[in-house]
Amino acid sequence: MKINLQVWRQKNSNTAGKMVEYKLDNISPDMSFLEMFDVLNVELMHKGEEPVAFDHDCREGICGMCSMYINGRAHGPQTGATTCQLHMRSFSDGDTIVVEPWRARAFPVIKDLVVDRTAFDRVVQAGGYVSVNTGSAPDANEIAISREVAEEAMDAAQCIGCGACVAACKNASAMLFVAAKVSHLAVLPQGKPEHLARAEKMVAQMDEEGFGACSFTGACSVECPKSISLDHIARLNREYLGAKLSSTNV
Amino acid sequence: MSWVTQTLSSSLGRKVIMSLTGLFLCSFLIVHVAGNLQLFKGDGGRAFNEYTYFMTHNPLIITVSYLLYTSIIVHASMALILTRHNQDSRPVKYAYAKPEANSPWSSRNMGVLGTVLLIFIVLHMRTFWFEMHFGSVPMAEYDGKEYKDLYTVVVAAFSQLWYVAVYVVCMIALGYHLVHGFKSGFQTLGIRHKKYTPLIEFLGTFVFAIVIPALFAVMPIYMYLKVNGII
Repeated sequence: MKINLQVWRQKNSNTAGKMVEYKLDNISPDMSFLEMFDVLNVELMHKGEEPVAFDHDCREGICGMCSMYINGRAHGPQTGATTCQLHMRSFSDGDTIVVEPWRARAFPVIKDLVVDRTAFDRVVQAGGYVSVNTGSAPDANEIAISREVAEEAMDAAQCIGCGACVAACKNASAMLFVAAKVSHLAVLPQGKPEHLARAEKMVAQMDEEGFGACSFTGACSVECPKSISLDHIARLNREYLGAKLSSTNV
Repeated sequence: MSWVTQTLSSSLGRKVIMSLTGLFLCSFLIVHVAGNLQLFKGDGGRAFNEYTYFMTHNPLIITVSYLLYTSIIVHASMALILTRHNQDSRPVKYAYAKPEANSPWSSRNMGVLGTVLLIFIVLHMRTFWFEMHFGSVPMAEYDGKEYKDLYTVVVAAFSQLWYVAVYVVCMIALGYHLVHGFKSGFQTLGIRHKKYTPLIEFLGTFVFAIVIPALFAVMPIYMYLKVNGII
């Protein structure tokens, strides 16, 4: 396959970036999108040019590192998949592919396609945990949890924190991420004791980081590699409003 | 900051204000469209004039009307604040974005649709509400009682084709605004349930985005055809 790539190149967070065009021949349709970038980088290194910086780690769809905005969509044309799970057979010979980093005030570009997503870490640090005594392991099934509840929690816990929701949202809102993190703890008994403070603190931190508000366009859920449902955003709204009305935090 | 102002100035709190004012305005539309059906009565405007008299003299209606004016202003101002904040959340735009692949057009253009509706409301209130309250409306007498003859103002306005056209276009905008707005209002309040969300979506799409705007659009068309002797 022949591919024309338009890639965002930016030296560091302090300098302005620009789109740069690269032409690649001999791309196998069975390569993943990241492997295609590996080929490009090897070519660039042989030419003595700076390779394109991009985030990647597991390359099996669970780490959430490979953040690329491909042809106008987070993680490219597929749904329910990360960039490493996207293969070149999804494109046609001679295609022009535009690749940009996530764009959000809260996700500043560090270099080329790499963005700083530590805003997500700070949101989780604000309340995305349960305070438990770590002693001897509790008995299995000591706390009864119905299958439906366990499934609901696991659906939310699938969030890999990749930031596609923020990237796809027209408001760069992190609501789906925060909703998933609040939800997977809120539905389980272990998460109940701290659920009021959790919703309040995590939403406050989300606002602090400079993410936008939710317009319920549904773009986040469509582009989420784990297809996390908008039901969780409704639960976050309920948790937050309930917390604001009933917590003792004045 | 007290917990109340802190809540209402958070991104979620602002959306709650949008939701509550928006849903209140939706409830007003039902009353407004039902009342205006008097225009179809063909009694020379008597039923309509009696209805407008009731709407401008009933103390409960007058109280609610102030809540309505406030809701419009708050809904529009909060939308402006949220839009600016949301735009600010992405200072560098994408060179190439394909939002139509993941979201409906109406959901991404609520601000534009809302601006059209705000301009419409100003025009609409200038023509009818302002005339009724502060203009010189001719009087009509039914059973020895004097009524402001707003019906003649309606007739005069809707005898102009351009005015009818503006109304029809604005009602299409209303339909698109509500097809997203009505269900989103419930989502913001956290009201989402397997049993009730299909009903909310049906009401939002069928009643608020189709039937109500269509009835509103038919009124000026009907009046135009009637006044110009076509029907």
